[in-house]
Amino acid sequence: MANFFNDNPDLKFHLQHPLMKKIVALKERDYAEKDLFDYAPIDFEDAMDSYEKVLEVVGEVCGDIIAENAESVDAQGPKLVNDGVEYADGTKENIEALVNAGLMGITLPRKYNGLNFSVVPYIMAADVVSRADAGFVNIWGLQDCAETINEFASDDQKERFLTRVTQGETMAMDLTEPDAGSDLQAVMLKATYNEEEDQWYLNGVKRFITNGDGMISLVLARTEQGTSDGRGLSMFIYDKNRGGMTVRRIENKMGIKGSPTCELVFKNAPAEIVGARRMGLIKYVMALMNGARLGIGAQSVGVSEAAFREALAYAKERRQFGKAIIEFPAVYEMLSLMKAKLDASRTLLYETARFVDVYKTYMHISDERTLEKDERNEMKVYQRKADLLTPLLKGMASEYCNQNAYDAVQIHGGSGFMKDYPVERIYRDARITSIYEGTTQLQVVAAIRGVTTGGYLNLMRDYEAEELRADLVPMRRTLIMMTDEYEETVNDVVRRKDNEYTDFHARRMVEMAGNIIMSYLLLLDAQRDPVYKKTAKVYLEFGKSENHKRADFIYNFDVDDLAKYKFEA
Amino acid sequence: MGLKIIVLAKQVPDTRNVGKDAMKADGTVNRAALPAIFNPEDLNALEQALRIKQRVKGSTVTLLTMGPGRASEVIREGLFRGADDGYLLTDRAFAGADTLATSYAISLAIKKLGKCDLILAGRQAIDGDTAQVGPQVAEKLGMPQITYAEEIVEVNSKKIVVKRRLERGVETVEGPLPCVVTVNSSAPVCRPRNARLLMKFKHAKTVTERQEANEDYLEMYHDRPYLNIQEITVNDIDADREQLGLAGSPTKVKKIQNIVFQAKDSKVLDATDEDIEGLMKELIANHTIG
Repeated sequence: MANFFNDNPDLKFHLQHPLMKKIVALKERDYAEKDLFDYAPIDFEDAMDSYEKVLEVVGEVCGDIIAENAESVDAQGPKLVNDGVEYADGTKENIEALVNAGLMGITLPRKYNGLNFSVVPYIMAADVVSRADAGFVNIWGLQDCAETINEFASDDQKERFLTRVTQGETMAMDLTEPDAGSDLQAVMLKATYNEEEDQWYLNGVKRFITNGDGMISLVLARTEQGTSDGRGLSMFIYDKNRGGMTVRRIENKMGIKGSPTCELVFKNAPAEIVGARRMGLIKYVMALMNGARLGIGAQSVGVSEAAFREALAYAKERRQFGKAIIEFPAVYEMLSLMKAKLDASRTLLYETARFVDVYKTYMHISDERTLEKDERNEMKVYQRKADLLTPLLKGMASEYCNQNAYDAVQIHGGSGFMKDYPVERIYRDARITSIYEGTTQLQVVAAIRGVTTGGYLNLMRDYEAEELRADLVPMRRTLIMMTDEYEETVNDVVRRKDNEYTDFHARRMVEMAGNIIMSYLLLLDAQRDPVYKKTAKVYLEFGKSENHKRADFIYNFDVDDLAKYKFEA
Repeated sequence: MGLKIIVLAKQVPDTRNVGKDAMKADGTVNRAALPAIFNPEDLNALEQALRIKQRVKGSTVTLLTMGPGRASEVIREGLFRGADDGYLLTDRAFAGADTLATSYAISLAIKKLGKCDLILAGRQAIDGDTAQVGPQVAEKLGMPQITYAEEIVEVNSKKIVVKRRLERGVETVEGPLPCVVTVNSSAPVCRPRNARLLMKFKHAKTVTERQEANEDYLEMYHDRPYLNIQEITVNDIDADREQLGLAGSPTKVKKIQNIVFQAKDSKVLDATDEDIEGLMKELIANHTIG
């Protein structure tokens, strides 16, 4: 009976952002398909109405089916049967419901039977599914891989594989190997070309592969024998129907237990190369990972939402010392900070999704026709912004997701430690978000350039120039002071021209940037709807003190101090 | 060869989450306070119909509902899930109908829709809980009926095999087509709305709705005929007006009271004349009838 979209006004608020008018017009090529497909929108209002109605279906399936199954799926988990994966019963039910609802291939073009939705409603669906079951969103969200096929594969490959995705076949991306985790340049799985048959074959092992037994997999493999770096790697499509790959093991994980994490053995498995040889890692995986990081951002926000709701409901219901525990400052402070972190990560999620939306759509348009000069410039601007925000989002939203899950258990007290309440599962599920698709530490590595080259500072100054109501101006004044503090701190580190020193403080500086940017986004949300003023204030006060703490640490630190922190290798 | 399936559906107030204002002072249902929904067991029936459509190629699923103009929502909900078309039986002349007058009107509408192979309906609606309309329609059309269906095990153009969920177990029966089957809530729940169908049919409206709405997309209904939900009025069916609506409804509400179920077991009657006579006597004695 629950609807996870309708019961959350924050989602509709973010869906209705003014930039959507541009995004939808681009995505729909000014509604050119309205007479070609009976489900294509006629105009902007029609498209937005469709987004909202379809998200209502997502919310219903999530509330009535996926969330209801989450506990049993966590307990049962997938099984290894005949060298393949057998999903938990609830997982099968979830997939069937989403396939029947036509929610596979949401962003794919209509000619492949996709919904041709822009990134924002797709990410919103991922946000909602994650709240229902963080493990299940992985299986469903791997339809992201289809986006990579759509971007880089041949027309023939698109025709054959994308139509299968929209019919509900699940996917996997096979990157990691036992000796190639964060360092994907070390991938060894061998791809050999048989000239007589005009056929590639894969041989080797992949590890920690989510949904590894999916029907269609993207596999990163070494085509250039004798090479040892990223430039010898290419991307392949492996079709399970053709055989050659077996699942050797399913990992026994701490959380997201419904999502099968597989060790795969490829023995002369036939596969098709995607795009150009040697571009596997440097181009296609980078695109794939950017999409995946946005997806984990959505997962983090969805899990945060679940954690916050469980905590809030429990704090209202649980009585101690003659009153509901939500009346105690120690508890309500925790809750309001949870909500502020949730709202901050969500507003960053949709800002990032919008930027990705604009530049990706321009990229697809550029396949159809030459872009005008200002279109090309706009594409570059949005891509730069998306590249700045993606690691910031992945890094900070996943950490907040963990913090919120921790606090949600804390608010439950002893009961939260028992399996009787959903927070116990949410706590375990949250843990992976700051690890996979690049750890927080690697997001910092990706984000630090935005710190040292002034990318984030420019963004802050852009936000600073936005129009505000008078009642919000004092908050902007605080933010300008925070921005100055950030700028000085960064200069203090950069002027030393010492990479190790910069790396040492990198996370602190990236988080300072994140706090300012998320505060600005909440301020702009408050400009659009005063209801967000409260959460903007709470987050701003929190961010301000967090940034002081970091600035203070950095000011009182010297290059020589590094030695104190080192261990013998 | 495909089967022509008609699904009977009713829009009902959602009595599953009843608040304080669910009943009016005069003892009638306060429909304004309760959201109008697709009767749950009719959704079970629709799911069975859609499964047959997938199994027997060329089959079609047509929804038929009787109600006021807003009941067209039931037709749209069906279209979003895979029904081919739908008809709204609506007219002031049908207002105030009890199950007898309702089944009379529905049976005439079904005749008007032409030959069909299978009529599916929910066992009962959650507002009245009578479980009478499906069986009465079967009687009026002279078709055999199978009630309490949980699963349609097999169906072809000649016969149907149905698993029935009964009080003390299950029973699998076979019947000829055409026939009426009423479906239990223990049957699989209905599939969700499909995104593509939702976008395709979301503008589907009856003529009345189009006239009432401040419509922006007028030419669309010309270009896309499937967006026109057909209305059937009293003039479209060959009806004896005395048997319609309030006039055709012998049921009278004598009084309304809150009750708490106390009987632990239900009473089981055999389909014998003695048992039925015994029941009639009991109902007359306690003034349920007469």
